[in-house]
Amino acid sequence: MAFDYEKYIRPGKLPHIWCPGCGHGIVMKGLIRAIDTVGLKKENTAIVSGIGCASRLPGYMDCCTLHTAHGRAAAFATGVKMAKPEMDVILVGGDGDGTAIGGNHFIHACRRNIDMTYIILNNKIYGMTGGQFSPATPTGAKASTTPYGNPDAAFDIAKLAIGAGATFVARGTAFHANQIDKLIAEAIQHKGFSVVEILDDCPTTYGRRNKFKSVIEMMNHLKEIAVPVKAAEKMSPEQLQGKVLTGVLYKEERPEYTDEYAKVIERAKGAK
Amino acid sequence: MAKKVAFLQGNEAAAQGALYAGCNFFAGYPITPSTEVAEVMSAELPKVGGKFIQMEDEIGAMAAIIGGALAGSKTLTSTSGPGLSLKQELIGYACIAEIPCVIYNVMRGGPSTGMPTGPSQSDVMCAKWGTHGDHPAICLVPASVQETYEEVIRAFNLSEKYRTPVMVMPDEIVAHMRERIVFPEPGEVAVIERTVPTVQPEQYKPYDTSFGDVPPLAAFGSGYKFHVTGLNKMQDGFPTTKAAIVQAEEERQVRKVDGNVDDIVKYEEYLLDDAEIVVVAFGSTSRSARFAVNEARKQGIKAGLFRLITFWPFPEKQLLALSKKVKAFITPEMNLGMATGVVKGVVEGNAPVHGIFRVDGEPINPGQILDKMKEVK
Amino acid sequence: MAGRYELRFSGAGGQGLILAGVIMAESASIYDGKQAVQSQSYGPEARGGASKSEVIISDGPIDYPKATVVDALLALTQEACDKYSSDLKEGGVLLVDSDLVKTLPKGNYKTVSFPIINTAKNEVGREIVANIVALGAMVALTGVVSKESAEKAVLARVPEAFIELNKKAFQMGYEKALSAQG
Repeated sequence: MAFDYEKYIRPGKLPHIWCPGCGHGIVMKGLIRAIDTVGLKKENTAIVSGIGCASRLPGYMDCCTLHTAHGRAAAFATGVKMAKPEMDVILVGGDGDGTAIGGNHFIHACRRNIDMTYIILNNKIYGMTGGQFSPATPTGAKASTTPYGNPDAAFDIAKLAIGAGATFVARGTAFHANQIDKLIAEAIQHKGFSVVEILDDCPTTYGRRNKFKSVIEMMNHLKEIAVPVKAAEKMSPEQLQGKVLTGVLYKEERPEYTDEYAKVIERAKGAK
Repeated sequence: MAKKVAFLQGNEAAAQGALYAGCNFFAGYPITPSTEVAEVMSAELPKVGGKFIQMEDEIGAMAAIIGGALAGSKTLTSTSGPGLSLKQELIGYACIAEIPCVIYNVMRGGPSTGMPTGPSQSDVMCAKWGTHGDHPAICLVPASVQETYEEVIRAFNLSEKYRTPVMVMPDEIVAHMRERIVFPEPGEVAVIERTVPTVQPEQYKPYDTSFGDVPPLAAFGSGYKFHVTGLNKMQDGFPTTKAAIVQAEEERQVRKVDGNVDDIVKYEEYLLDDAEIVVVAFGSTSRSARFAVNEARKQGIKAGLFRLITFWPFPEKQLLALSKKVKAFITPEMNLGMATGVVKGVVEGNAPVHGIFRVDGEPINPGQILDKMKEVK
Repeated sequence: MAGRYELRFSGAGGQGLILAGVIMAESASIYDGKQAVQSQSYGPEARGGASKSEVIISDGPIDYPKATVVDALLALTQEACDKYSSDLKEGGVLLVDSDLVKTLPKGNYKTVSFPIINTAKNEVGREIVANIVALGAMVALTGVVSKESAEKAVLARVPEAFIELNKKAFQMGYEKALSAQG
């Protein structure tokens, strides 16, 4: 029997705003399957986003959804989770939203290890505003604000998350659609701050400026650069040149923030 | 039984007032001269099962109190000038998404880093016009430690009643001075709780105006699923660009406050019955003004004081009526004429308005006000 | 006492002057049934720099919370004495640390000086209680609050382990001020 996505979609809210060929819909379907796998209750699940194409995702989901201001999803979500630790909190957003204007909230959410899952849809560009370069745009790439090629260096978002203290970090791609739900499900089940970076495409504002002839070519590119972490172990540095690792990149157990705060409450009550 | 008394700082009283009002969530970022609020909340909130979080920046603190409020908490943040500037975008978010929360801002010298330990009253315009776009604004300006306690409670009540952010803005003098405070008993001061929906979750719309201008607000995690956005929205919470809906919703948001001015505006009249010269003042400056009015009376000058306790909405009606029977207004303030400009606009030329402005980090002293009275009488 | 009585405790940041002012104000408003306001001004330094704590005491409501004409001034450093003595009223009380304040302001004041910090360090046993020695002295010299109330206020503010130390500091300041006054 075919999977019933509509169970999690708000009636009347589709079609979505994403362009033909954009991978965001693939990621949303992966998220839906993950929510179903883990068995989250819709009314107990908050999906929080900032601003941008990816940040429109919560509006389609039949949960408690919060579309916040540009870059602020992690900080709003921290408020929700602190106030109601029993809720499941998932964040969704793009690379610019999460790592430029929202970079400070992102790294501190990682450091705090608060039990939320942040899905970053990395299409290497500010799509909604028409294709300006983001902190994930590769050096040399063309964007509407780098007409002579990007002089800037790009973040490795997964490494940034690991460095900042996230306790579960995974990476997938929009091409590897069947892996997305598994990575997100594992991230949701992980106790602590989990980050799932999904490499995505933006044919409209990135592809056409950077010599991708079609969506298929962009998707094929994602397929070609992706190397599962296990396979990478057997590869030489030369072979890994230009490749990107996918799968679960990092995992550790560390005290979770709302649990630690519950202990603060116990200590304070004892001190009364 | 004798009531509990204490000798407290304005900032400490603010924290106690918040606790009385049922605040159970605080998010903040350290900043002089308001940090004591965060310090007290970090110690007291967990004792009652509440939550305190120090965020990574001022913006994050504002975001967290909106998120916390949406999850059903009564939330507070405290800050000062530079922090207030940083919070502005999200104050606008709380206005349009109609999320109750309280922002306690201690006014220090500015702009920018300005004079962190010096008093000012120069954030009052920021309270109304700081965030972009049209939006409701409520700003309370206490003048004593006791009043800071009481106005913080009132701020929570107004915030819940009208489903909108409320600011409490003492100047640094009020925030840092210590006075005796008498605590009310539990139940003695009314505490307003949020109106939550009674309809079935499937019927719930977060901006359902069939319940009036202030629709009930469900909490995340209470069985209701709904959408919240900073975009102009429809009654069901989803974004829209339909002209008629956007216009009607923006007008309703502002009307929640402008249509209830008499319920929100609070002021004190002192010796106004026969006053010819009326000082309009607020915060610690109103204390200098009262001192000056008393001195003036001893010297035969018919002086009085109109003390603002609510700065926004401004008591326009009252001052306009007063302007028809007095000779002159004096408006001392620790800024370069913010309230003075508002008073001038309100009194429509019925009486001259003489400002006394100070931005040097020193309070306006009673002698300055008395001198002005003699000059204009 | 009908009108306002204004006290200023000044010195360097970290000397506990704000606390001394707070205790003075609490003595008046919590224990003596008067009204009091305490305020302070300070620089960016947590330690050092000139710092002052002001207390207004009155039988009636206190409007203006800052000092206008100071009735009694404590100065624990030369810098504070230079900076904060200009509005001390004619005939007002001036208490200084005799080791640290060598140049006194010109004017007709009831000046009392004794080695306040040295007393705390060598006679009470801990330099940290210099503010309480000074407070005892100010209570003795001004008479604006009762000695009993001030002692109660001191003891309500200090941790139990330091009660004896602070009692001793307060008493010693009180007595030394009276004998220095001559």
